[in-house]
Amino acid sequence: MSKIEIKKFNLYYADFHALKNININIEEKRITAMIGPSGCGKSTLLRSINRINDTIENVYTSGEINVSGENIYGDEIDVDALRRNVGMVFQRPNPFPISIYENVAFGLKVNRIALNKNIIDETVERSLKAVLLWNDIKDKLRKSALNLTLEQQQRLCIARLIAVAPHVILLDEPCSSLDPVATQKIEELVIQLKDRYTIVVVTHNMQQAARISHNTAFMFLGELIEFDKTEKIFTNPSKRETGDYVSGRFG
Amino acid sequence: MRKIIDNVIEAVIFMCGILSIVFVVLIFGFLFKEGFSFFKDFGIIKFITGQFWYPTSDTASFGILPLIIGSVLVTVGACIIAVPIGIMSALYISEIVPKGVRDVLKSLVELMAAIPSIVIGFVGMVTLVPFVRTLFDIPTGLTAFSGSIMLAFMAMPTIVTISEDAIRSVPWQYKEGALALGATEWQTMRRIVLKAAMPGIIAAIMLGIGRVIGETMAVMMITGNSARIPHSIFEPVRTMTAVIASEMGETVSGGIHYRALFAIALVLFIVTFIVNFIADLFLGKNKNK
Repeated sequence: MSKIEIKKFNLYYADFHALKNININIEEKRITAMIGPSGCGKSTLLRSINRINDTIENVYTSGEINVSGENIYGDEIDVDALRRNVGMVFQRPNPFPISIYENVAFGLKVNRIALNKNIIDETVERSLKAVLLWNDIKDKLRKSALNLTLEQQQRLCIARLIAVAPHVILLDEPCSSLDPVATQKIEELVIQLKDRYTIVVVTHNMQQAARISHNTAFMFLGELIEFDKTEKIFTNPSKRETGDYVSGRFG
Repeated sequence: MRKIIDNVIEAVIFMCGILSIVFVVLIFGFLFKEGFSFFKDFGIIKFITGQFWYPTSDTASFGILPLIIGSVLVTVGACIIAVPIGIMSALYISEIVPKGVRDVLKSLVELMAAIPSIVIGFVGMVTLVPFVRTLFDIPTGLTAFSGSIMLAFMAMPTIVTISEDAIRSVPWQYKEGALALGATEWQTMRRIVLKAAMPGIIAAIMLGIGRVIGETMAVMMITGNSARIPHSIFEPVRTMTAVIASEMGETVSGGIHYRALFAIALVLFIVTFIVNFIADLFLGKNKNK
């Protein structure tokens, strides 16, 4: 079943046509990877799924993106509620400059999910356990989140999402500022999360896409070139550009 | 030859740099010398806690408590007005207004800082003072309240521009992260942006306060210049700065009244020094992050 359906989606930055007629169906509770050379539009597409692109001036779109059957570019949509349901993890870990506890509690408070302190405490603990961070930091919940290592910060950013119980998690090159060991740990975490969330990950690291995803989309110059099972994309792609890219001939 | 020029230039730059420090130390030394000799004659406790400022009576009394209260009242009043409005306009300029308008607004606010205080005092005297008098139906509009309003105008440009810098330097990733979690624009500003910018905002407030405490002309024209302990903000007050400015001309150089004014200047200097020091602490904290 597809959780996200993108239909005839176009995006312009002022007069630059960044996404050209994208059509793609993303399966529920699967990991979908988006690969392609820098500037191909994969991050832009990802950032369209929670409408965080709206914060940039001069962005125009056409077409539809349906999440759980609802067009998020429709007139009726509540963007704040959408972003709560479609969480995002960014390239550089961006914990807020407040305590670890407050970082996780932030989403609960702003969305009025829980206002009772006991429930917040429980959710913070559960979320930090889900990203395997609890044991390392349970004694320093009140310390600033900026003192954590980059890997821990990225885990915290994922915990912060899990706390608000999204359906979809978008990861925008989540390991690009991490070392290989930390990368491996984050990948393991992402794989664990796939049973409960629909995950879309943008990566410039093809091996990462091969390791963790079920389906892979290859994008080039703002177009979706090919979208298929990950094994097929990497072993027997139907398009020549895809083959050239995954075998390292360009990009 | 080039070596010599290099050395000369270096020496000149060094002299210029050291000069400003020398001046501050000299001013402080001078104030301290005159003030201290006054304290020896009159007593520092009696000076600070004395309720009566009668510098020219036969048995002169130099109690600056009414002046301190006057300064504090006007300053606190100005802050209560200027801080919320200043921070809100900083938020508006940095977060809400489109880019083109932002630059215009910011230059306008900075221009406001360039208005000479005598002009602010004059405008206040002919517009605000009669307005306050009729609005609250009080005998005179020359009150601490009127002074606070005009001083708020003077503190606002400092507060707005420096807070705006602090707010704008909050990394974009924080805002993006908050919005991506479903926070509204206002929740993002209040819970994340303002919090992250807080050291800079506190520094801005401190610098604004520093300007208000030291302000002389405008308060002299608007606050009524009555050196009595006021019972409310709708009474005339006299500030420390106003006393020095208005009485210095009438004193005998070296006399006790003359030295008393220096002692007031010393108190002012110490207060503004502390306020600026706090501002520096917070500005430094901001940069380290």
